[in-house]
Amino acid sequence: MIRSEVTKSLIPVITDELVICNIGLPSQELFMHDDQPSNFYMLGTMGLCSSIGLGLALTQSAPVLAIDGDGSVLTNLGTLATIANNPADNFTLLIIDNGSYGSTGDQPTYAGKKTSLSKVAKACGCANVVECQGEEAAEEVGKALKGKQMTIIVCKCESGNVTVPNILTHPVSIRDRFITEVKARN
Amino acid sequence: MLKIEKLAGAEMDISERIINNFIDNEIGFVTTVPCKQLSGVIEAVEKHDQIHHVPCNHEAEGMGLCAGAFLGGTRPCIIMQNTALGVTVNSLAALIQYYQMPLPMLISYRGEVGEKVACQVEMAMHTIPILQQMNIPSYHFHKASDIEELSAILNHTFMASKPTAILADASFWSAA
Repeated sequence: MIRSEVTKSLIPVITDELVICNIGLPSQELFMHDDQPSNFYMLGTMGLCSSIGLGLALTQSAPVLAIDGDGSVLTNLGTLATIANNPADNFTLLIIDNGSYGSTGDQPTYAGKKTSLSKVAKACGCANVVECQGEEAAEEVGKALKGKQMTIIVCKCESGNVTVPNILTHPVSIRDRFITEVKARN
Repeated sequence: MLKIEKLAGAEMDISERIINNFIDNEIGFVTTVPCKQLSGVIEAVEKHDQIHHVPCNHEAEGMGLCAGAFLGGTRPCIIMQNTALGVTVNSLAALIQYYQMPLPMLISYRGEVGEKVACQVEMAMHTIPILQQMNIPSYHFHKASDIEELSAILNHTFMASKPTAILADASFWSAA
């Protein structure tokens, strides 16, 4: 199972949820499979998906899912310490860990080698860390979004990409329609 | 000893004024990265019950947190050192400016006259050119009375929905 298939499998459980989606192919895949005003697509700033998700979760009450990647989390590894020390029980961080920098040509990441992001998350103090396979991701994300406890899910899957469209929606449109969705839920 | 106590008291006073301006402008989420000059204001942010304070590890991470808070409906602010401008250019351009989000940056302006750490002067020389290059409205706080501008600057930031930089130098913090 590759990331695109994992993303597609999530649609039944995330289509009505507030989703912050990682830069590059992950956002393009979500856009292709299930474009929603409740999706915030990152068009720049690799690494900040989990930080945006945490900031959102801490300032309003609706459940928030941040769909991040192993390479992006490695770029901003301190985020796991910040998340652990500022828990938001409406926050779920899904790290789709395919062991590669998918958007740039599948160069290997250290998460696909010796580094375990679930162990790093636990060592940072995250209380509720789940490691699963791609086939289990939808079930785990569904449980986490319904649960009242902040959850970090590290979903292991294969590397590989599919052809996806570019996101042509203007960033301010993405922002405005997302804020409207946030307000409707609070 | 008396002098130290007096300085600490004066610093708390300016910190309280800054926090009051934050509250007047409905800032409810503040992320910080420490600087010696900012210790008083960071302590005041942490103590205030109407401000959600999330210390961060890196200023780019802090800008992500602030973007999230803005999307969540809370006005954010980041408190950081000017050296951090060197590592946040992309976050400012591709997140805060690209999505047209407001972000007041209260910045300790290290490396100006009075600086004791020579290396700080290096980034001080780049601070204003970086801000100018990025078209970020910038304000230099040098005298204690410059604090009187803060509330209007914060209001302007949220009106314009842009990042702004408030560069507060050593003279400001020591005179305040």
